[in-house]
Amino acid sequence: MTPLLSIRDLRVAFRTEAGPFEAGSLDVLHGLSLDVARGRTLALVGESGSGKSVTAQAILRILPRAAAITGGRILFEGRDLAALPADGAEMRRLRGQRVAMIFQEPMSCLSPLHTVGDQIGEALRIHTGASAREAEARTREALAHVGFPDPARALRTYPFELSGGLRQRAMIAMAIILKPALLVADEPTTALDVTTQAQILALLARLQAETGMGILLITHDLGVVANMADDVAVLYRGRLVEAGPRAAVLRAPGHPYLRALLHAVPRFDMAPGERLTPIRPARAAIPAGHAPAPRSGPILQVQGVSKTFTLRAARGLWAAPRLVRAVADVSLTLPAGRTLGLVGESGSGKTTVAKIVMRGLAPDSGRVLFDGGSGPRDVQALTGGNLFAYRRAVQFVFQDPYGSLDPRMSVRQILHEPMEIHGIPRAVRRARARELLAMVGLEADALARFPHAFSGGQRQRIGIARALALEPRLLVLDEPVSALDVSVQAQILNLLKDLQAALGLSYLIVSHNLAVIDYMADTISVMARGRIVEEAPRAALFRAPAHPYTRALLAAVPDPSLDHPLDFAAVTGDHSDPACWPAPYRLAPEEAGAMVEIAPGHRVRHGAADTRQAA
Amino acid sequence: MIVLLLRRLATVALTLLAISALVFFVIKLPPGDFLSNRIMELRAGGEAASIAKAELLIRQYGLDRPVFQQYLMWVGLMPGPAGYSGLLQGDWGWSFEYDRPVAEVVGDALWLTLVVNLAALVFVHVVAIPIALYSATHRHSLGDAVVTVLGYVGLAVPGFLLALILLFYANRWFGLSIGGLYDAGFTGRPWDRDKIASLLAHLVVPTLVIGLGGTAAMIRRMRANLLDELAKPYTVTARAKGLPPMRALLKYPFRMSLNPFVADIGNLLPHLVSGSVLVSLVMSLPTVGPLLLEALRSQDQFMAGFILMFVAALTVFGMLVSDLVLAWLDPRIRMGAR
Repeated sequence: MTPLLSIRDLRVAFRTEAGPFEAGSLDVLHGLSLDVARGRTLALVGESGSGKSVTAQAILRILPRAAAITGGRILFEGRDLAALPADGAEMRRLRGQRVAMIFQEPMSCLSPLHTVGDQIGEALRIHTGASAREAEARTREALAHVGFPDPARALRTYPFELSGGLRQRAMIAMAIILKPALLVADEPTTALDVTTQAQILALLARLQAETGMGILLITHDLGVVANMADDVAVLYRGRLVEAGPRAAVLRAPGHPYLRALLHAVPRFDMAPGERLTPIRPARAAIPAGHAPAPRSGPILQVQGVSKTFTLRAARGLWAAPRLVRAVADVSLTLPAGRTLGLVGESGSGKTTVAKIVMRGLAPDSGRVLFDGGSGPRDVQALTGGNLFAYRRAVQFVFQDPYGSLDPRMSVRQILHEPMEIHGIPRAVRRARARELLAMVGLEADALARFPHAFSGGQRQRIGIARALALEPRLLVLDEPVSALDVSVQAQILNLLKDLQAALGLSYLIVSHNLAVIDYMADTISVMARGRIVEEAPRAALFRAPAHPYTRALLAAVPDPSLDHPLDFAAVTGDHSDPACWPAPYRLAPEEAGAMVEIAPGHRVRHGAADTRQAA
Repeated sequence: MIVLLLRRLATVALTLLAISALVFFVIKLPPGDFLSNRIMELRAGGEAASIAKAELLIRQYGLDRPVFQQYLMWVGLMPGPAGYSGLLQGDWGWSFEYDRPVAEVVGDALWLTLVVNLAALVFVHVVAIPIALYSATHRHSLGDAVVTVLGYVGLAVPGFLLALILLFYANRWFGLSIGGLYDAGFTGRPWDRDKIASLLAHLVVPTLVIGLGGTAAMIRRMRANLLDELAKPYTVTARAKGLPPMRALLKYPFRMSLNPFVADIGNLLPHLVSGSVLVSLVMSLPTVGPLLLEALRSQDQFMAGFILMFVAALTVFGMLVSDLVLAWLDPRIRMGAR
């Protein structure tokens, strides 16, 4: 049987300067060949820049203007897509109807100005000429099919009213509404929480079983590959370096890149003290002698902090504004020189806690104590010079290395700015900027360049260097590697570990990636719905998880080893709803419960009914 | 939506009140006023009858009272010698310079101003939007380059210069009379068909002159906005769905790029009145601009106050309209999402 999609010797080039493609162009795909069979999933694995997304765009003929197919064939249902005009009627008829695509970022891929129903039904209307009423009915069916709880209402909602998981479901509904033969999924779960990721993967598997569509799944997550793919193709610098059935490729990886990739990702079965092996090691020169004398006692204490947000949209003239409790009675302790991990799904309140620690937000109640060496002080009460000193002692590393650096400032200006603000003399600034770059493993000639000249990983290093410019005591790391390619995640995580060891830094790290938290943190707190539900030393938490929420998070992490497949049936429920947790963890609405120590340092939140029994 | 509207209307009222105070006191800031200046002149000339008239006006408009009382009477919040009679009651005051009620002096000029500038506004959008769409979708093409250069020329040429050149050629080629918005012969005549035809013919040059600079600026901004939006992933989604390029362009990126322009309505409306003063002077258009200039110069306080309040009201209502249209266009604003 002929495969559904057959790519033969595909070449794609990017234009590097104005002019014809032959003259100044850069090949990004060098003769790629692969097949996708009906009803099967081919995972296309590779790091960013390897050409995986370009392959997807070439199949749909939606390459950016600067790119063009320069050779090869894309055979699909008896046609050579590479030979069709990109915006011609025939190609348009195929797009969205026979070949559909879903993307990584479900927020920006949907227009915020049009309702979900409009955007999904549109594919139907343009391809089948369905009436508005017909399109609406079919859209409602599609929404129900992908698991929207209230499809009729969802038709009229806007993308920003939906959670990330529902947005991705809406994208999938848009893609499958015409029952395409081929679905191209470009990193469909990379931007999602583990639990949501598992649900979306389960949905894709179910839809494939029902419709028999072929899926080209683009991913860099080998855990996703192990759970979804029938076949695997590994792309490295625009060339296919390995291909075959899943078991053969993952159990006996042949190409060094794939082997390296398997070791560059944090895993739960790592030995204590084991380091990740970055695919491309970076040399960082961290000067000795910066570390302050070790001291005992916590550097940061969060005591009973709560924060409630008021939603601005009032539904009626006299309707009470709706309140959302983001953080409820959260207490944390971070010993000096250690790392505290805060983990939870998006919306669990972890970033709000980080912002309160930064004094970017004021808590409604509770306090944050910071000990810069002269005893604990209430951060909220700091004023004037003390607050200025606090700003210097606590620095933030952001998730998005693209948005957090001003594109109009050179690296030198970026590194100098915090020092200028804090009145550090010019000569010192210059020397310090060079030292900082060396510390994060960048060359000194980077100083004169602008952020766009750097890769995501390099930008994140610049962000870290900027955070270190003022010799802080505490770094708040908000999802420091979530936006980075796997191949550089290991570099950044190792760099952060080395910096901590050399400089005696304390880290508060916030992430939804459990493996990253497990690799980095000494103690871990799990947050759900604004409350801490479980906290334990690193060694205990993910090996002996007690709370059902923690267990659900862990169960949803896809494992690359093939021996622990995801249980798709188990990931469908709502594990963050305290009313659904089994006793003794169940919490009634508005109930706080209480933390119960089950092992030294390992505390779990129990419902009130149960704590009474115990007492 | 209704809540939003009520809240905004209350803000509008308060804003206008604050502006009226500001306008009045600024006009009163220079020492003296039109009437006392005139009385001094007349005293020197010894014209007793005129002095009596001026003094009557002073009493009638309460100009002998403290400034804040004058202000309240002008707005219509305090009874003057003729009872409550101010802006709120629709009495716009007396123009001392023209010795006629302000309403009569401003009359035609007000709506002619709006006609001229609305014509310019329509011209700007009708010309700029298609060009910007072309320019953004054919970025760095020859057409884009040509449009860009023309746009810069349009931006750089001073309006009054262009006005003189165009007036000259309009007169030479089409025999249009120079200056004004209709042939001088129609002045003071009622608006019949001939006068309207003359108005339309005379509108072409002012529209071009006032609109051209705005067109160039609009093309540049629209093109930049569109380029930003064209790079957004939802544009790719639309293509991946199989939408024809033009429909995908209009429905998604174009719609998104409209927001800044809607937000600009509030700035556009007052610009309609005050922005074309220079051109109006050069082309001697019977619009509000030159009147305002003259009124300010001669401290004709009610006249100046009224025109300034008119411009302010346009601004504030423009803002209101743009807020409402934005809320209608953009669900993120309507629903208070970030």
